[in-house]
Amino acid sequence: MIELIQEYGPAFLYHDGAGLSGVAMTLWLFVLSIVLGFLISIPLAIARVSPHFWLRWPVEFYTYVFRGTPLYIQLLICYTGLYGLEMVRDSALLNQFFRNALNCTVLAFVLNTCAYTVEIFAGAIRNIPQGEIEAARAYGLYGWRLNLYVVIPAALRRSIPAYSNELILMLHATSLAFTATIADILKVARDANAATFMTFEAFGIAAILYMLLSFVLVGLFRLAERRWMSFLSPSRA
Amino acid sequence: MNDFLTSSGLQALSLQGFGPLLAQGTWMTIKLALLSLALSLLLGLIGASAKLSPLRLLRIPATLYTTLIRSVPDLVLILLIFYTLQLWLNDLTEVLGWDYFEIDPFAAGVVTLGFIYGAYFTENFRGAILSVPVGQLEAATAYGLSRAQRFRLVLFPQLMRFALPGLGNNWLVLLKSTALVSIIGLADLVKAAQNAGKTTNNTLYFLIIAGLVYLLITTFSNRLFKCLERRYNTGIRGLAQ
Repeated sequence: MIELIQEYGPAFLYHDGAGLSGVAMTLWLFVLSIVLGFLISIPLAIARVSPHFWLRWPVEFYTYVFRGTPLYIQLLICYTGLYGLEMVRDSALLNQFFRNALNCTVLAFVLNTCAYTVEIFAGAIRNIPQGEIEAARAYGLYGWRLNLYVVIPAALRRSIPAYSNELILMLHATSLAFTATIADILKVARDANAATFMTFEAFGIAAILYMLLSFVLVGLFRLAERRWMSFLSPSRA
Repeated sequence: MNDFLTSSGLQALSLQGFGPLLAQGTWMTIKLALLSLALSLLLGLIGASAKLSPLRLLRIPATLYTTLIRSVPDLVLILLIFYTLQLWLNDLTEVLGWDYFEIDPFAAGVVTLGFIYGAYFTENFRGAILSVPVGQLEAATAYGLSRAQRFRLVLFPQLMRFALPGLGNNWLVLLKSTALVSIIGLADLVKAAQNAGKTTNNTLYFLIIAGLVYLLITTFSNRLFKCLERRYNTGIRGLAQ
Protein backbone atom coordinates (compact mmCIF):
# COMPACT_ATOMS: atom_id res chain seq x y z
CA MET A 1 0.00 0.00 0.00
CA ILE A 2 2.75 2.43 1.03
CA GLU A 3 4.82 1.57 -2.06
CA LEU A 4 1.76 2.03 -4.22
CA ILE A 5 1.21 5.53 -2.85
CA GLN A 6 4.92 6.35 -3.11
CA GLU A 7 5.10 5.23 -6.69
CA TYR A 8 1.74 6.39 -8.00
CA GLY A 9 0.93 9.23 -5.57
CA PRO A 10 2.02 12.06 -7.89
CA ALA A 11 0.30 10.38 -10.85
CA PHE A 12 -2.90 10.05 -8.85
CA LEU A 13 -2.77 13.72 -7.91
CA TYR A 14 -1.31 15.82 -10.70
CA HIS A 15 1.44 14.54 -12.99
CA ASP A 16 2.36 11.17 -14.47
CA GLY A 17 5.59 12.21 -16.18
CA ALA A 18 3.92 12.78 -19.55
CA GLY A 19 1.45 15.49 -18.60
CA LEU A 20 -1.50 16.30 -16.39
CA SER A 21 -3.01 13.25 -14.75
CA GLY A 22 -5.17 12.00 -11.92
CA VAL A 23 -7.11 14.54 -9.89
CA ALA A 24 -5.75 17.48 -11.87
CA MET A 25 -6.84 15.91 -15.16
CA THR A 26 -10.26 14.95 -13.82
CA LEU A 27 -10.81 18.47 -12.51
CA TRP A 28 -9.62 20.04 -15.76
CA LEU A 29 -12.01 17.87 -17.78
CA PHE A 30 -14.81 18.58 -15.34
CA VAL A 31 -14.34 22.34 -15.25
CA LEU A 32 -13.90 22.65 -19.01
CA SER A 33 -17.05 20.58 -19.66
CA ILE A 34 -19.30 22.31 -17.18
CA VAL A 35 -18.19 25.85 -18.03
CA LEU A 36 -18.74 25.32 -21.76
CA GLY A 37 -21.96 23.39 -21.11
CA PHE A 38 -23.22 26.16 -18.84
CA LEU A 39 -22.49 28.93 -21.33
CA ILE A 40 -24.19 27.12 -24.20
CA SER A 41 -27.15 25.99 -22.12
CA ILE A 42 -28.40 29.48 -21.22
CA PRO A 43 -29.39 30.64 -24.71
CA LEU A 44 -30.68 27.14 -25.45
CA ALA A 45 -32.83 27.16 -22.31
CA ILE A 46 -34.38 30.45 -23.41
CA ALA A 47 -35.03 28.95 -26.83
CA ARG A 48 -36.48 25.85 -25.15
CA VAL A 49 -39.26 27.87 -23.50
CA SER A 50 -39.81 30.13 -26.52
CA PRO A 51 -43.35 30.30 -27.94
CA HIS A 52 -41.89 29.96 -31.46
CA PHE A 53 -42.06 26.39 -32.67
CA TRP A 54 -38.90 26.59 -34.78
CA LEU A 55 -36.85 27.88 -31.87
CA ARG A 56 -38.26 25.44 -29.33
CA TRP A 57 -38.42 22.25 -31.34
CA PRO A 58 -34.73 21.76 -32.33
CA VAL A 59 -33.62 22.28 -28.72
CA GLU A 60 -36.26 19.87 -27.50
CA PHE A 61 -35.08 17.29 -29.99
CA TYR A 62 -31.44 17.80 -28.97
CA THR A 63 -32.13 17.31 -25.25
CA TYR A 64 -34.38 14.33 -26.00
CA VAL A 65 -31.64 12.56 -27.94
CA PHE A 66 -28.77 13.35 -25.59
CA ARG A 67 -30.71 12.56 -22.42
CA GLY A 68 -32.10 9.35 -23.90
CA THR A 69 -28.79 7.73 -24.86
CA PRO A 70 -25.87 6.70 -22.65
CA LEU A 71 -22.92 9.08 -22.39
CA TYR A 72 -20.63 6.15 -23.22
CA ILE A 73 -22.23 5.83 -26.67
CA GLN A 74 -21.91 9.59 -27.21
CA LEU A 75 -18.25 9.43 -26.23
CA LEU A 76 -17.64 6.47 -28.55
CA ILE A 77 -19.32 8.32 -31.40
CA CYS A 78 -17.16 11.41 -30.84
CA TYR A 79 -13.96 9.46 -30.25
CA THR A 80 -14.09 6.58 -32.73
CA GLY A 81 -17.23 7.05 -34.82
CA LEU A 82 -16.77 10.49 -36.34
CA TYR A 83 -13.13 9.96 -37.19
CA GLY A 84 -14.22 7.08 -39.42
CA LEU A 85 -15.93 9.54 -41.75
CA GLU A 86 -13.89 10.53 -44.77
CA MET A 87 -15.34 14.01 -44.61
CA VAL A 88 -13.77 14.47 -41.17
CA ARG A 89 -10.39 13.06 -42.14
CA ASP A 90 -10.22 15.14 -45.31
CA SER A 91 -10.94 18.46 -43.67
CA ALA A 92 -7.72 19.77 -42.10
CA LEU A 93 -9.46 21.51 -39.22
CA LEU A 94 -11.79 18.65 -38.28
CA ASN A 95 -9.00 16.14 -38.69
CA GLN A 96 -6.83 18.01 -36.25
CA PHE A 97 -9.69 18.45 -33.79
CA PHE A 98 -10.82 14.82 -33.74
CA ARG A 99 -7.31 13.39 -33.63
CA ASN A 100 -6.93 14.75 -30.11
CA ALA A 101 -8.56 12.45 -27.54
CA LEU A 102 -9.09 15.30 -25.08
CA ASN A 103 -11.03 17.33 -27.66
CA CYS A 104 -13.34 14.41 -28.44
CA THR A 105 -13.94 13.69 -24.77
CA VAL A 106 -14.68 17.28 -23.89
CA LEU A 107 -16.98 17.57 -26.92
CA ALA A 108 -19.00 14.53 -25.78
CA PHE A 109 -19.13 15.74 -22.17
CA VAL A 110 -20.17 19.26 -23.14
CA LEU A 111 -22.95 18.03 -25.42
CA ASN A 112 -24.19 15.68 -22.70
CA THR A 113 -24.12 18.00 -19.70
CA CYS A 114 -25.52 20.86 -21.77
CA ALA A 115 -28.61 18.78 -22.64
CA TYR A 116 -29.38 18.09 -18.97
CA THR A 117 -28.59 21.67 -17.95
CA VAL A 118 -30.91 23.09 -20.60
CA GLU A 119 -33.81 21.09 -19.17
CA ILE A 120 -32.97 22.19 -15.61
CA PHE A 121 -32.79 25.89 -16.54
CA ALA A 122 -35.84 25.69 -18.79
CA GLY A 123 -37.81 24.12 -15.93
CA ALA A 124 -36.68 26.91 -13.62
CA ILE A 125 -37.63 29.59 -16.16
CA ARG A 126 -41.11 28.10 -16.46
CA ASN A 127 -41.48 28.14 -12.67
CA ILE A 128 -40.58 31.79 -12.15
CA PRO A 129 -43.60 33.42 -10.48
CA GLN A 130 -45.50 35.34 -13.13
CA GLY A 131 -45.52 38.40 -10.84
CA GLU A 132 -41.74 38.84 -11.15
CA ILE A 133 -42.01 39.05 -14.92
CA GLU A 134 -45.00 41.36 -14.79
CA ALA A 135 -43.12 43.62 -12.37
CA ALA A 136 -40.15 43.70 -14.75
CA ARG A 137 -42.49 44.58 -17.64
CA ALA A 138 -44.02 47.33 -15.52
CA TYR A 139 -40.52 48.73 -15.05
CA GLY A 140 -40.19 48.88 -18.82
CA LEU A 141 -37.95 45.84 -19.38
CA TYR A 142 -38.57 43.94 -22.61
CA GLY A 143 -36.83 41.46 -24.87
CA TRP A 144 -33.22 40.61 -24.09
CA ARG A 145 -33.03 43.08 -21.23
CA LEU A 146 -35.89 41.32 -19.51
CA ASN A 147 -34.09 38.00 -19.97
CA LEU A 148 -30.70 39.29 -18.93
CA TYR A 149 -31.70 41.27 -15.84
CA VAL A 150 -34.66 39.31 -14.48
CA VAL A 151 -35.39 35.93 -16.03
CA ILE A 152 -31.87 34.45 -16.14
CA PRO A 153 -30.77 35.49 -12.62
CA ALA A 154 -34.06 34.35 -11.10
CA ALA A 155 -33.95 31.01 -12.95
CA LEU A 156 -30.28 30.36 -12.11
CA ARG A 157 -30.83 30.94 -8.41
CA ARG A 158 -33.80 28.60 -8.32
CA SER A 159 -32.02 25.85 -10.20
CA ILE A 160 -29.03 25.61 -7.85
CA PRO A 161 -30.20 22.37 -6.11
CA ALA A 162 -31.00 20.54 -9.35
CA TYR A 163 -27.85 21.90 -11.01
CA SER A 164 -25.67 20.70 -8.13
CA ASN A 165 -27.03 17.19 -8.67
CA GLU A 166 -26.21 17.39 -12.36
CA LEU A 167 -22.67 18.59 -11.62
CA ILE A 168 -22.02 15.70 -9.24
CA LEU A 169 -23.27 13.27 -11.89
CA MET A 170 -21.00 15.01 -14.39
CA LEU A 171 -17.99 14.73 -12.05
CA HIS A 172 -18.72 11.02 -11.81
CA ALA A 173 -19.21 10.77 -15.56
CA THR A 174 -15.68 12.12 -16.20
CA SER A 175 -14.42 8.70 -15.08
CA LEU A 176 -15.46 7.48 -18.54
CA ALA A 177 -12.61 9.51 -20.02
CA PHE A 178 -10.14 6.68 -19.48
CA THR A 179 -11.85 4.76 -22.31
CA ALA A 180 -10.53 7.51 -24.59
CA THR A 181 -7.02 7.11 -23.11
CA ILE A 182 -7.23 10.31 -21.06
CA ALA A 183 -5.05 10.03 -17.93
CA ASP A 184 -7.74 10.81 -15.37
CA ILE A 185 -7.96 9.30 -11.87
CA LEU A 186 -9.44 6.02 -13.05
CA LYS A 187 -6.82 5.60 -15.80
CA VAL A 188 -4.03 6.00 -13.24
CA ALA A 189 -5.79 3.45 -11.03
CA ARG A 190 -5.98 0.99 -13.92
CA ASP A 191 -2.33 1.51 -14.79
CA ALA A 192 -1.36 1.05 -11.15
CA ASN A 193 -3.46 -2.11 -10.99
CA ALA A 194 -1.93 -3.50 -14.16
CA ALA A 195 1.60 -2.85 -12.90
CA THR A 196 1.27 -3.92 -9.25
CA PHE A 197 -1.79 -6.23 -9.11
CA MET A 198 -2.88 -4.38 -5.97
CA THR A 199 -6.41 -4.21 -7.34
CA PHE A 200 -8.32 -3.30 -4.24
CA GLU A 201 -5.82 -0.65 -3.18
CA ALA A 202 -5.50 0.94 -6.64
CA PHE A 203 -9.23 1.24 -7.31
CA GLY A 204 -9.87 2.01 -3.63
CA ILE A 205 -7.60 5.06 -3.82
CA ALA A 206 -9.46 6.20 -6.94
CA ALA A 207 -12.79 5.74 -5.16
CA ILE A 208 -11.62 7.77 -2.17
CA LEU A 209 -10.33 10.57 -4.40
CA TYR A 210 -13.65 10.78 -6.25
CA MET A 211 -15.46 10.70 -2.92
CA LEU A 212 -13.42 13.61 -1.57
CA LEU A 213 -14.04 15.62 -4.75
CA SER A 214 -17.78 14.91 -4.46
CA PHE A 215 -17.84 16.06 -0.85
CA VAL A 216 -16.00 19.26 -1.72
CA LEU A 217 -18.48 19.93 -4.51
CA VAL A 218 -21.46 19.30 -2.21
CA GLY A 219 -19.92 21.67 0.36
CA LEU A 220 -19.40 24.38 -2.24
CA PHE A 221 -23.02 24.11 -3.31
CA ARG A 222 -24.18 24.39 0.32
CA LEU A 223 -22.34 27.71 0.44
CA ALA A 224 -23.81 28.76 -2.90
CA GLU A 225 -27.31 27.98 -1.73
CA ARG A 226 -26.81 30.01 1.41
CA ARG A 227 -25.45 32.90 -0.63
CA TRP A 228 -27.90 32.98 -3.54
CA MET A 229 -31.03 31.23 -2.35
CA SER A 230 -31.47 32.75 1.09
CA PHE A 231 -34.31 34.89 -0.24
CA LEU A 232 -36.34 31.72 -0.74
CA SER A 233 -35.81 30.22 2.72
CA PRO A 234 -38.15 30.93 5.63
CA SER A 235 -37.05 33.98 7.64
CA ARG A 236 -35.16 33.26 10.84
CA ALA A 237 -36.58 36.19 12.79
CA MET B 1 -31.72 -15.85 -39.51
CA ASN B 2 -29.96 -13.70 -42.11
CA ASP B 3 -31.14 -15.89 -44.97
CA PHE B 4 -34.64 -15.67 -43.66
CA LEU B 5 -34.49 -11.87 -43.49
CA THR B 6 -33.07 -11.63 -47.01
CA SER B 7 -35.61 -14.01 -48.52
CA SER B 8 -38.54 -12.31 -46.81
CA GLY B 9 -37.56 -8.91 -48.18
CA LEU B 10 -36.62 -7.50 -44.77
CA GLN B 11 -33.01 -6.94 -45.78
CA ALA B 12 -32.88 -3.57 -44.04
CA LEU B 13 -33.51 -5.35 -40.71
CA SER B 14 -30.42 -7.51 -41.09
CA LEU B 15 -28.22 -4.37 -40.81
CA GLN B 16 -25.41 -5.58 -43.08
CA GLY B 17 -25.76 -9.00 -41.51
CA PHE B 18 -25.28 -7.76 -37.96
CA GLY B 19 -28.96 -7.45 -37.07
CA PRO B 20 -29.10 -10.68 -35.05
CA LEU B 21 -25.90 -9.78 -33.16
CA LEU B 22 -27.34 -6.39 -32.24
CA ALA B 23 -30.63 -8.01 -31.25
CA GLN B 24 -28.74 -10.36 -28.93
CA GLY B 25 -26.89 -7.39 -27.45
CA THR B 26 -30.16 -5.53 -26.94
CA TRP B 27 -31.67 -8.54 -25.21
CA MET B 28 -28.59 -8.76 -22.96
CA THR B 29 -28.88 -5.07 -22.08
CA ILE B 30 -32.58 -5.40 -21.25
CA LYS B 31 -32.05 -8.54 -19.18
CA LEU B 32 -29.20 -6.93 -17.29
CA ALA B 33 -31.14 -3.71 -16.66
CA LEU B 34 -34.30 -5.47 -15.47
CA LEU B 35 -32.51 -7.91 -13.16
CA SER B 36 -30.39 -5.13 -11.65
CA LEU B 37 -33.55 -3.07 -11.25
CA ALA B 38 -35.21 -5.90 -9.33
CA LEU B 39 -32.18 -6.32 -7.07
CA SER B 40 -31.80 -2.58 -6.47
CA LEU B 41 -35.51 -2.15 -5.70
CA LEU B 42 -35.22 -4.90 -3.11
CA LEU B 43 -32.06 -3.36 -1.62
CA GLY B 44 -33.72 0.04 -1.75
CA LEU B 45 -36.72 -1.09 0.28
CA ILE B 46 -34.49 -2.87 2.82
CA GLY B 47 -32.14 0.12 2.98
CA ALA B 48 -34.96 2.60 3.43
CA SER B 49 -36.49 0.59 6.28
CA ALA B 50 -33.05 0.33 7.89
CA LYS B 51 -32.46 4.06 7.52
CA LEU B 52 -35.80 4.84 9.15
CA SER B 53 -35.39 2.23 11.88
CA PRO B 54 -35.15 3.40 15.49
CA LEU B 55 -32.20 1.03 15.95
CA ARG B 56 -28.83 2.69 15.52
CA LEU B 57 -27.28 -0.63 14.60
CA LEU B 58 -29.37 -0.65 11.42
CA ARG B 59 -29.37 3.08 10.71
CA ILE B 60 -25.63 3.67 10.70
CA PRO B 61 -24.65 0.97 8.15
CA ALA B 62 -27.52 2.04 5.89
CA THR B 63 -26.41 5.69 6.04
CA LEU B 64 -22.81 4.66 5.33
CA TYR B 65 -24.00 2.56 2.38
CA THR B 66 -25.94 5.35 0.71
CA THR B 67 -23.36 8.07 1.39
CA LEU B 68 -20.34 6.09 0.26
CA ILE B 69 -21.89 4.49 -2.81
CA ARG B 70 -23.49 7.68 -4.06
CA SER B 71 -20.30 9.72 -3.77
CA VAL B 72 -18.21 7.39 -5.96
CA PRO B 73 -18.74 7.11 -9.76
CA ASP B 74 -20.55 3.94 -10.80
CA LEU B 75 -17.80 3.06 -13.27
CA VAL B 76 -15.16 3.10 -10.51
CA LEU B 77 -17.37 0.89 -8.34
CA ILE B 78 -18.02 -1.50 -11.22
CA LEU B 79 -14.29 -1.96 -11.83
CA LEU B 80 -13.48 -2.09 -8.11
CA ILE B 81 -16.11 -4.69 -7.29
CA PHE B 82 -15.63 -6.77 -10.42
CA TYR B 83 -11.84 -7.10 -10.25
CA THR B 84 -11.62 -7.34 -6.48
CA LEU B 85 -14.29 -10.01 -6.21
CA GLN B 86 -12.38 -12.09 -8.74
CA LEU B 87 -9.13 -11.76 -6.79
CA TRP B 88 -10.77 -12.61 -3.49
CA LEU B 89 -12.48 -15.56 -5.10
CA ASN B 90 -9.11 -16.77 -6.41
CA ASP B 91 -7.66 -16.58 -2.90
CA LEU B 92 -10.67 -18.40 -1.51
CA THR B 93 -10.58 -21.22 -4.04
CA GLU B 94 -6.84 -21.60 -3.46
CA VAL B 95 -7.28 -21.86 0.30
CA LEU B 96 -10.12 -24.34 -0.01
CA GLY B 97 -8.36 -26.29 -2.74
CA TRP B 98 -11.14 -25.88 -5.28
CA ASP B 99 -10.72 -25.39 -8.99
CA TYR B 100 -10.11 -21.87 -10.25
CA PHE B 101 -13.21 -20.37 -11.77
CA GLU B 102 -14.00 -17.04 -13.35
CA ILE B 103 -16.92 -14.89 -12.25
CA ASP B 104 -19.59 -14.74 -14.90
CA PRO B 105 -19.56 -11.11 -16.15
CA PHE B 106 -23.35 -11.13 -16.41
CA ALA B 107 -23.89 -12.14 -12.78
CA ALA B 108 -21.17 -9.71 -11.69
CA GLY B 109 -22.83 -6.94 -13.70
CA VAL B 110 -26.25 -7.59 -12.17
CA VAL B 111 -24.87 -7.74 -8.62
CA THR B 112 -22.70 -4.64 -9.03
CA LEU B 113 -25.33 -2.46 -10.70
CA GLY B 114 -27.99 -3.70 -8.27
CA PHE B 115 -25.76 -2.92 -5.33
CA ILE B 116 -24.88 0.58 -6.61
CA TYR B 117 -28.40 1.62 -7.59
CA GLY B 118 -29.79 0.09 -4.38
CA ALA B 119 -28.22 3.12 -2.66
CA TYR B 120 -30.03 5.56 -4.95
CA PHE B 121 -33.33 3.71 -4.53
CA THR B 122 -32.84 3.70 -0.75
CA GLU B 123 -32.83 7.49 -0.71
CA ASN B 124 -35.76 7.50 -3.13
CA PHE B 125 -37.89 5.18 -0.96
CA ARG B 126 -36.84 6.88 2.27
CA GLY B 127 -38.19 10.20 1.03
CA ALA B 128 -41.37 8.53 -0.21
CA ILE B 129 -42.02 6.72 3.08
CA LEU B 130 -41.54 9.96 4.99
CA SER B 131 -44.11 11.63 2.71
CA VAL B 132 -46.87 9.20 3.68
CA PRO B 133 -48.88 10.82 6.48
CA VAL B 134 -48.22 9.08 9.83
CA GLY B 135 -51.96 9.08 10.54
CA GLN B 136 -52.45 6.56 7.74
CA LEU B 137 -50.15 4.07 9.43
CA GLU B 138 -51.66 4.73 12.84
CA ALA B 139 -55.14 4.17 11.41
CA ALA B 140 -53.96 0.90 9.86
CA THR B 141 -52.61 -0.24 13.22
CA ALA B 142 -55.84 0.82 14.91
CA TYR B 143 -57.78 -1.37 12.47
CA GLY B 144 -55.74 -4.32 13.68
CA LEU B 145 -53.78 -4.90 10.45
CA SER B 146 -50.65 -6.99 10.83
CA ARG B 147 -47.26 -5.48 9.89
CA ALA B 148 -47.30 -7.24 6.52
CA GLN B 149 -50.85 -6.14 5.77
CA ARG B 150 -50.04 -2.61 6.81
CA PHE B 151 -47.16 -2.50 4.35
CA ARG B 152 -49.03 -4.14 1.48
CA LEU B 153 -52.40 -2.42 1.80
CA VAL B 154 -51.63 1.01 3.23
CA LEU B 155 -47.98 2.04 3.08
CA PHE B 156 -46.91 0.64 -0.33
CA PRO B 157 -49.72 2.04 -2.54
CA GLN B 158 -49.22 5.51 -1.07
CA LEU B 159 -45.44 5.32 -1.03
CA MET B 160 -45.40 4.47 -4.73
CA ARG B 161 -47.19 7.72 -5.50
CA PHE B 162 -44.34 9.74 -4.03
CA ALA B 163 -41.60 7.38 -5.19
CA LEU B 164 -42.56 7.05 -8.86
CA PRO B 165 -41.01 10.23 -10.31
CA GLY B 166 -37.67 9.41 -8.65
CA LEU B 167 -37.99 5.75 -9.59
CA GLY B 168 -38.46 6.65 -13.23
CA ASN B 169 -35.38 8.86 -13.16
CA ASN B 170 -33.22 6.28 -11.42
CA TRP B 171 -34.37 3.58 -13.79
CA LEU B 172 -33.24 5.65 -16.77
CA VAL B 173 -29.87 6.31 -15.14
CA LEU B 174 -29.53 2.60 -14.39
CA LEU B 175 -30.44 1.67 -17.95
CA LYS B 176 -27.82 4.04 -19.34
CA SER B 177 -25.19 2.72 -16.90
CA THR B 178 -25.62 -0.76 -18.27
CA ALA B 179 -23.64 0.55 -21.24
CA LEU B 180 -20.62 0.58 -18.89
CA VAL B 181 -20.59 -3.17 -18.32
CA SER B 182 -19.26 -3.69 -21.83
CA ILE B 183 -16.03 -2.36 -20.30
CA ILE B 184 -15.82 -5.44 -18.05
CA GLY B 185 -16.37 -7.66 -21.08
CA LEU B 186 -20.10 -8.31 -21.22
CA ALA B 187 -21.57 -8.77 -24.71
CA ASP B 188 -24.23 -6.07 -24.39
CA LEU B 189 -25.60 -3.71 -27.00
CA VAL B 190 -22.57 -1.38 -26.94
CA LYS B 191 -20.15 -4.28 -27.30
CA ALA B 192 -22.20 -5.71 -30.19
CA ALA B 193 -22.21 -2.33 -31.93
CA GLN B 194 -18.45 -1.94 -31.43
CA ASN B 195 -17.76 -5.42 -32.78
CA ALA B 196 -20.01 -4.90 -35.78
CA GLY B 197 -18.35 -1.53 -36.37
CA LYS B 198 -14.84 -2.96 -36.21
CA THR B 199 -15.67 -5.75 -38.65
CA THR B 200 -17.35 -3.54 -41.23
CA ASN B 201 -15.16 -0.50 -40.64
CA ASN B 202 -18.31 1.53 -40.16
CA THR B 203 -18.34 2.25 -36.43
CA LEU B 204 -20.42 5.40 -36.62
CA TYR B 205 -23.35 3.64 -38.30
CA PHE B 206 -23.58 0.89 -35.67
CA LEU B 207 -23.06 3.24 -32.74
CA ILE B 208 -25.94 5.37 -34.00
CA ILE B 209 -28.11 2.25 -34.32
CA ALA B 210 -27.23 1.33 -30.71
CA GLY B 211 -28.06 4.88 -29.62
CA LEU B 212 -31.43 4.63 -31.35
CA VAL B 213 -32.18 1.37 -29.53
CA TYR B 214 -31.44 3.05 -26.18
CA LEU B 215 -33.61 5.99 -27.22
CA LEU B 216 -36.43 3.58 -28.04
CA ILE B 217 -36.17 1.90 -24.64
CA THR B 218 -36.07 5.21 -22.74
CA THR B 219 -39.03 6.57 -24.69
CA PHE B 220 -41.01 3.42 -23.98
CA SER B 221 -40.07 3.57 -20.27
CA ASN B 222 -41.20 7.18 -20.07
CA ARG B 223 -44.59 6.21 -21.48
CA LEU B 224 -44.86 3.33 -19.04
CA PHE B 225 -44.02 5.53 -16.06
CA LYS B 226 -46.62 8.08 -17.17
CA CYS B 227 -49.24 5.30 -17.07
CA LEU B 228 -48.03 4.04 -13.70
CA GLU B 229 -48.11 7.56 -12.26
CA ARG B 230 -51.67 7.95 -13.44
CA ARG B 231 -52.55 4.58 -11.91
CA TYR B 232 -51.05 5.39 -8.49
CA ASN B 233 -52.47 8.92 -8.49
CA THR B 234 -56.09 7.85 -8.91
CA GLY B 235 -58.06 9.44 -6.15
CA ILE B 236 -55.74 12.44 -5.85
CA ARG B 237 -57.41 15.57 -7.09
CA GLY B 238 -55.65 17.55 -9.78
CA LEU B 239 -52.93 15.02 -10.63
CA ALA B 240 -54.88 12.15 -12.13
CA GLN B 241 -56.50 13.03 -15.41
